[in-house]
Amino acid sequence: MQALQRKLWRDLLAMKGQILAIAAVIGAGVMVLFLAVTTLDMLERAQQRFYQQAHFGDVFVDLTRAPEHLLPQLQLLPGVQQLQSSVRAPVRLEVAGFDDPIRGLMLSLPEQGLPRLNQLVLLHGHLPVAANEVAITEPFAKAHQLQPGDHITAVIQGRLQRLQVSAIVLSPEFIYQLGPADLLPDYHRFGVLWMPRRALAHAFQMDGAFNHLSVSLQRGANPLPVLDALDLLLAPYGSRGSYLRAEQASHRFLTEELEQLSVMAWFLPLLFLGVAAFLLNVLIGRLVRNQLQQIAVLKAFGYSHNSLLLHYLQLACVIVVIGVIFGIGLGLWAATGLAELYAAYFHFPDMELRVQLRHLALALLLALLAAVVGVFNVLRQVARLQPAAAMRPAVPPQFQRGLAEKMLLRPWLGQLNRIIVRNLLRYPGRSLLSVLGIALSSALLLVGSFQFHALNTLLDIQYRHILRMDTQLMLSETSPERILAEIKAEPGVLAVEAFRMVPVRLHYQRTSYRTVLQGLEAKPQLRRLLDQELTPIELPAEGLVLTRYLADYLGVKPGDRVQAELMEGANRLVELPVAAVVDEPVGVSGYMERRALNRLLREGPAISGVWLLTDPLKRTELQQRLQQRPTIAGISQMADIEQQLRNYIADTLLGMMAILLLMAGSITFAVIYNNARIALAERSRELATLRVLGFERYQVGWVLAGEVLLLTLLAIPLGWVLGIGFAWSLQQALTMDLFRLPFVLEPASFALAALGVLVATALSLSLMLRRFHQLDMISALKTE
Amino acid sequence: MPATTKSQDIVFSAHQLTRHYQMGDVLIQALRGVDLTLYRGEFVVLLGASGSGKSTLLNILGGLDTASSGELRYGDAILSQADDTALTRYRREQVGFVFQFYNLIPSLTALENVALVTDISPSPMSPQEALAMVDLSERSNHFPSQLSGGEQQRVAIARAIAKKPRVLLCDEPTGALDSKTGSKVMAVLHQINQQLGTTTLVITHNEAIAAMADRVIRLKDGQIVDIQHNPNPKSASELSW
Ligand SMILES: Nc1ncnc2c1ncn2[C@@H]1O[C@H](COP(=O)(O)OP(=O)(O)O)[C@@H](O)[C@H]1O
Ligand SMILES: [Mg+2]
Repeated sequence: MQALQRKLWRDLLAMKGQILAIAAVIGAGVMVLFLAVTTLDMLERAQQRFYQQAHFGDVFVDLTRAPEHLLPQLQLLPGVQQLQSSVRAPVRLEVAGFDDPIRGLMLSLPEQGLPRLNQLVLLHGHLPVAANEVAITEPFAKAHQLQPGDHITAVIQGRLQRLQVSAIVLSPEFIYQLGPADLLPDYHRFGVLWMPRRALAHAFQMDGAFNHLSVSLQRGANPLPVLDALDLLLAPYGSRGSYLRAEQASHRFLTEELEQLSVMAWFLPLLFLGVAAFLLNVLIGRLVRNQLQQIAVLKAFGYSHNSLLLHYLQLACVIVVIGVIFGIGLGLWAATGLAELYAAYFHFPDMELRVQLRHLALALLLALLAAVVGVFNVLRQVARLQPAAAMRPAVPPQFQRGLAEKMLLRPWLGQLNRIIVRNLLRYPGRSLLSVLGIALSSALLLVGSFQFHALNTLLDIQYRHILRMDTQLMLSETSPERILAEIKAEPGVLAVEAFRMVPVRLHYQRTSYRTVLQGLEAKPQLRRLLDQELTPIELPAEGLVLTRYLADYLGVKPGDRVQAELMEGANRLVELPVAAVVDEPVGVSGYMERRALNRLLREGPAISGVWLLTDPLKRTELQQRLQQRPTIAGISQMADIEQQLRNYIADTLLGMMAILLLMAGSITFAVIYNNARIALAERSRELATLRVLGFERYQVGWVLAGEVLLLTLLAIPLGWVLGIGFAWSLQQALTMDLFRLPFVLEPASFALAALGVLVATALSLSLMLRRFHQLDMISALKTE
Repeated sequence: MPATTKSQDIVFSAHQLTRHYQMGDVLIQALRGVDLTLYRGEFVVLLGASGSGKSTLLNILGGLDTASSGELRYGDAILSQADDTALTRYRREQVGFVFQFYNLIPSLTALENVALVTDISPSPMSPQEALAMVDLSERSNHFPSQLSGGEQQRVAIARAIAKKPRVLLCDEPTGALDSKTGSKVMAVLHQINQQLGTTTLVITHNEAIAAMADRVIRLKDGQIVDIQHNPNPKSASELSW
């Protein structure tokens, strides 16, 4: 066995380049796997712990105003475990040294004791007790560098109030802290605060009443009857409909993130380990083919099948282990980075990256499985080999002239090109898999580039074509239309457009969806509705216009009639015809002509907010004046929001792109380098012969390079096709409530996909040609 | 020595050729000062024990290798000072090689293996013609794996002569063949030497083949120890193996 062991290390050393290339591919797969699994594990543990520790509710209801004495009755509902009522209200905030308007959501804390549900985790300070004390969330505190003891100003119901920060906290309801109608967290411009119940209730005329209810369910209780009962009992109090965690904003974002991670945890690693299995098959297969005589001799000397099988299996295992170590190291490093990124978006009291033994085992096991799959065939060949084969001379490899060759080989092609084509056709399986491997990496490049361009297009559509205002004003309550004239009269306002916004639950057959119904002008100018060709459409006098995603979700098309539960005022259920569908990449809304919506709500021409086009030179002054108006609850600058989105993309996607690029490079390089090295090793005699016959170096080099180049050229169009497929599935997978990627493929993406593999090809070819230059003609010819 | 020995009939003239290999600390002297002149149209057999330097000499003559010292002239050209490009051109235009293990390109048919050479030579014969000379016309579309050893070697000979080389260098061409096939291959080589007037140098272990040669050169430890003239060379069929 000693001698065999020595042979193992010699073989490994002789193939170190190829081994490292394969190990890199395994490493890439293991890295993504490890990255995704550990991050997933980290987030899930943090989420579970936080939810449990803080008693996060299972069911939630927003309503207009319900009396506290209703609670004992609700507590008796079958399935209900705990109830926690609260008062919540939008406020406006001012922080010294920050000029932009800040929107806030103020929540009540019980006067005595801890809330039964959705408890806060106290990080610094003490929970508010005095009427002027507030607790604020950690990200908001960090954004404004607020400490317990600092002061902020809140505009509550039009009254300016000085508040003292008493506590920095985290809440299970705001792990993902997103402002209303925002796409991304903005800790500077949106904050969540808690103050003692009595003071808040008093300011909003909610004494002895509540406008939010959280409910926890008994273990194993069916939630649906609870939802129905709550809806029935709370409907008279302006309930907007009870909903489960799945519809709770923070929980929903977290869940979507976890789902994306688990897609990543499986798809990419399988791809990479598949390629690694193929490469191992080719490498060890070639080794065994070259060593058949040796193997037969060893068998003749009395080495057993098993010891020989073990020998070649060990070879594969060494490669796997190198790859796994490499991958886990990289994965750990990347996971630390990803954890930091997550910490900026998801706020848990403690989020700890832990290396679990089972994850290490999983990575190793999957990689070993790939290796075994890869070398299975080869090992069978070793097992079946008879010792007598050692005595027989090697036969030249067999070539035939098949149909493919008749189609491909033209007389003008010349003998050297003929050699290239025949060698590719000689091992069609291997050539095909090589093409597939290269095509896969080309496809990965295409997907990465697609994602990038698609997001840019999405932002362009949203911010250049749909949202044409530069400022959005949310009013503190539904107001009469005349406010519009007042705002328009402000200096610096160039154009105004009002909108009405109502929470609604749409039903069609058995499907329903909670969203908002927006009432717009018939021909909205500042917030346009676009069809597929991006041309603005007009709102019909009656009837509903739906975002395509919503229409598809409900399964309706123009002409169908949907049920709309208007969750404001008297909670009316009305039937509305779907008039048209619009293609919007962001958000999930329904639209109506504003006055038609007013009529449905049985109100006069009321509005919820105003969009503005303003003079950039006067914008700051205007904003300051508008902030003084008590009727205005929030002011958002579109440019800020767009900038945040672009930053988010730069943070998350560019890193992802870099990883994809690296991985695609590693696959291409490994496949091509292995192919080239094998071609060089198996055919050095043939190449030397060509040199002897008087062919120039470059001509003989071409026989090697041409084969590899041809594989790459064949792979590029296939890579494009696969890439289009991947991009499409990615687009489908990323079709979410938050946003939908438009399916646009730029020529630049195709170019990148081709260029990437061509560069990797050139690189591996240059390495291989260097070796070819060192080829010793005479010794290559000498031996049999 | 042949009847005419004018200077324009000299193909090669070697003067004090040496070739050594450095193997770690050991210096291997493969050739230790070889003086040799080869004339146009000669059929020369090179004999010697294994390791005596025969292949080394043949490789240097064929431009596959260069001498460590000494001078080698081919016609007016000084091969011992030629660079890689010049040697490649020299091999392409002037020399035909035949090896013990044929070295055919397995992915090309017999005809294509020959065409490989005729495609890059200045005034070759047609590949069919070359195959006809080795009596293999009807096998021209077979791949090497479909040919016997003797047939493969004849294809290799056809490939070597198709360019109408001035020199044909054969390193143990019959080494891997049985005696009957070997004699057929030798007959082909001899016949080509006669028909085309190609200067032919054949390395062999087989003393019997020496009877075919115009001259027999013996090598020992990297030096020529004996040159023997044969006024009446026999034909291959007359030899007893
Ligand atoms: N590339 C090489 N490196 C080291 N030694 C070599 C090399 N080629 C040949 N030799 C040595 O040179 C000597 C002559 O070799 P060679 O010409 O092949 O002998 P022959 O063909 O007569 O059997 C031998 O001792 C051989 O081992
Ligand atoms: Mg020899």
